[in-house]
Amino acid sequence: MNDLIPVSLRVNGVRYDIAIRPWRTLLEVLRETLGMTGTKRSCGEGQCGTCTVLIDGKAVNSCLYLAVEAQGKEISTIEGPPEGDPALEQIQRSFVAKGAVQCGFCTPGMVVATRSLLSEIAEPSEDEIREALVGHLCRCTGYVQIVEAIQDAASQLAHKGGD
Amino acid sequence: MMNRDSQREFQVLGKPTPKKDAPQKAAGRAEFADDISMPGMLHGKLLRSPHPHARIVAIDASLALALPGVRAVITGRDFPGVRYGNLPQTRDYLPLAIDTVRYIGEEVAAVAAVDEDTAEEALDLIRVEYEVLPAVFDPEEAMKQGAPQLHGQSPGNVSAHTESHFGDVEAAFAQADYVREDVFETQPVKQGMLEPHACVGLWDGFGKATLWSCKMSPYAVWRQLAMGLDIKPGDIRVVQTYVGGGFSGGKQEAMPMDFCALMLSKKTGRPVKLVHTMEEVLIIGHMRHPMKIWLRTGTTKDGRILAQHVKLLANGGAYSSIGGFSIFLAGAMINLPYRVPNMKFEADRVYTNNGFCGALRGHTVVQMCFARDSQLEKIAEDLAIDPLEIRRRNAIQDGDVTANGFRINTFAFDECITRVAEMSGWYNKKGKLPKYRGIGFGCGAHLSGARLMGHSASTAEMRMLEDGTVHLTTGSTDVGQGVETVMSMIAAEVLGVTVDDVHYLKVDSAATPLDPGTFGSRVTLFTGNAVKQAAEDICRQLAEVAGERMGVDPRDLMFFRHEIINRKDEKQRCSLKEIVRWGMFQQGRIFSGRGSYGYSEEKIDFRTGHGNLSPAYNPTACAVEVEVDPETGRVTVVGLWGADDSGTPLNPLAVKGQVIGAAVMSIGHALYENLIRVDGKVMNPSLRDYKMPQATDLPKLADFKHSNVITWEPEGPFGAKEAGQGAGTGVIAALANAVYDATGVRLTSLPMTPEHILFGMKRLQAQNRGQ
Repeated sequence: MNDLIPVSLRVNGVRYDIAIRPWRTLLEVLRETLGMTGTKRSCGEGQCGTCTVLIDGKAVNSCLYLAVEAQGKEISTIEGPPEGDPALEQIQRSFVAKGAVQCGFCTPGMVVATRSLLSEIAEPSEDEIREALVGHLCRCTGYVQIVEAIQDAASQLAHKGGD
Repeated sequence: MMNRDSQREFQVLGKPTPKKDAPQKAAGRAEFADDISMPGMLHGKLLRSPHPHARIVAIDASLALALPGVRAVITGRDFPGVRYGNLPQTRDYLPLAIDTVRYIGEEVAAVAAVDEDTAEEALDLIRVEYEVLPAVFDPEEAMKQGAPQLHGQSPGNVSAHTESHFGDVEAAFAQADYVREDVFETQPVKQGMLEPHACVGLWDGFGKATLWSCKMSPYAVWRQLAMGLDIKPGDIRVVQTYVGGGFSGGKQEAMPMDFCALMLSKKTGRPVKLVHTMEEVLIIGHMRHPMKIWLRTGTTKDGRILAQHVKLLANGGAYSSIGGFSIFLAGAMINLPYRVPNMKFEADRVYTNNGFCGALRGHTVVQMCFARDSQLEKIAEDLAIDPLEIRRRNAIQDGDVTANGFRINTFAFDECITRVAEMSGWYNKKGKLPKYRGIGFGCGAHLSGARLMGHSASTAEMRMLEDGTVHLTTGSTDVGQGVETVMSMIAAEVLGVTVDDVHYLKVDSAATPLDPGTFGSRVTLFTGNAVKQAAEDICRQLAEVAGERMGVDPRDLMFFRHEIINRKDEKQRCSLKEIVRWGMFQQGRIFSGRGSYGYSEEKIDFRTGHGNLSPAYNPTACAVEVEVDPETGRVTVVGLWGADDSGTPLNPLAVKGQVIGAAVMSIGHALYENLIRVDGKVMNPSLRDYKMPQATDLPKLADFKHSNVITWEPEGPFGAKEAGQGAGTGVIAALANAVYDATGVRLTSLPMTPEHILFGMKRLQAQNRGQ
């Protein structure tokens, strides 16, 4: 098909050279072209946060982000880099331990957003955590255990200190 | 008091236990239905009616079929024309409309194409000729003579009617010192799960159809698919995927998308996937019933309820769904959590040309509790009785039998009230808060699964593996509430193993035992009892082998920390694994346990409403503190304190998540959520405009507390009762009462939006000036 254009994306530190239609969103390309289904699709209009990924460390809704725009940038998803990401894994452990995961559909987006938050603010206040979660809907938990999980992750990561 | 606060010694149960599937979910590795991909898979899309009521004159799909990439188009005529539904008298669904559409969004045709874009494009090319019919949207209008009729078999558009009368209401009202009547109205509220409905269908060309889908109750879907496709249930297989939030609705039933995935697969020979957009999720049926509730209550002068009379009108939308039971339940639950010696209930559920309504977390208990506990607050005020005291005076106690025949085992309602009063600082706050700040109290109750007339028994099967771990199968699904974990905990407790030693499998109708499904807070109690029994069954089989090998009476053996031990001489023990292997390898045994729960001689009489609907009942109480912005009318929830008697919490970590989740959902119902419809058209089919609570809408963690009042429910497995729905039932009235306390504005319709509150305050100011 002649409407395909070549695109080079770096996702979790790995380079992918692919051909896509130019109007494809990053979410569609991650899920359908690259088969990385950890990033979820729900509202499709940037309201729910389930499709959150990091672009150069900043949380974005991948359903509103064209894949072509992500060229030359570092894309990080819930799958994480092949060599592992200790901060991401700590956040995931805290979510599990604190009961922040119920149906789990919002969880990848929440975890990725937390990764971004904690890289910007190592020990966020309760209010800062809540602000960071605006745009991330969760219908199951009522958010309390998610906030507690993020507090736990922040404290675990801070205690490990500078390493 | 019966068995209250009698925590037993557990090995596994009672300890906060992380959800077994949480690591996969947190890593993005849990495969949801939309994540499934199969070789050659096609993508389906559904064409929906733009009219609230119309006759389909003709459908021309030739242009759509000519579009490159389109593989099939189907209409209602491709199905056998058999209606399906939940109950024999409510079978009014079709997989796709055949000659009539009854609401905007009803499914008319379906397309399968090589990708979603092509399928979407093809929808625009299908030409449907409609003859528009008069439509009706308001239930009172729909009941009038001459109103458009939706279904031939339901004159007057009455989809369901129920009434019950216990005691003598008229005589009780005549004796009452105090009588008042109020009318309350509630709005349509959506389930709001984040995973849109999704499925993959494969009809293999040899008569076998398989559906992979995020269903809460796969066996209900399985039966309905067989009905609507007019094939044998045995030729259908329903495989449950992870469920990304349920809260009832479309994940409880077979939906048009499920039928179409299968039929499109049959036509094309390929697997076909359909996924709703969020807009579709919000437009189609499946929501909480909007209700008009007229409530008349008579009391003595010291506030004891003598009688309640309820007339309820539910706007059912275009189809029945589970609506007949919805209104029955609303009436039954008037009997909890207060003693109502004389009770009369009359309810109609009415068809209108709107999206249809059914169950949603808390079902219809939520609307009734809003009405009743709002009114109770007014009664307390009129009679100058403390709001907590009036609730205590009427509270149901352990051992009560209600007027409609509920037999109450454990019901620590008094203690719930006391704890909430303490946690919230009620007596330091009520009447003492600054202007525009207020506190309100609300109560409710729920049941732990309903005994229905049809299928109500749960079953479990368990198979021992050679490494001493077990496969556990039931027909109950995890929808996030923690079924896989608590069922594994129950099995582990009995078998003397760890939670990780139990492998809880998802439902697959080809492999797992039959079960009605996950709804009505039934799973922990019904399926939990079945699992306990299955584990005990396997222990008996193992004890037989161990007893023989150890030379011990099998009845003296106990299972503890991976060992089988002689109770009478604890030095005599052998490892579980050793016995398993000996039995399997040397004796050719299959260690396989079975359990069931739910068979009961007593049946509910659905005509009179009399009978013990559930094995167990749980009360809840909560206090909510609010601050109202006098400029905008906006409510900030600054504190929420709840207490529930969920029996003995088997997994406190999950119970906490359930009760908080239910409470927050009720905040949304009370303050924000409303599916706005104008002439049957949903005006806010987006999560931008259908506003659900966000993390910033809750009280701070320090002011958002919950307490479990621990009881030992004799009907529950290890003393447990439900936790997922009851906790939300008192919150809405508590908020209404708090808004009243803060502003003097009494709101009787939901949601309590800023403009309603602001106008209410302005009216009060005008009245005060006028005096």
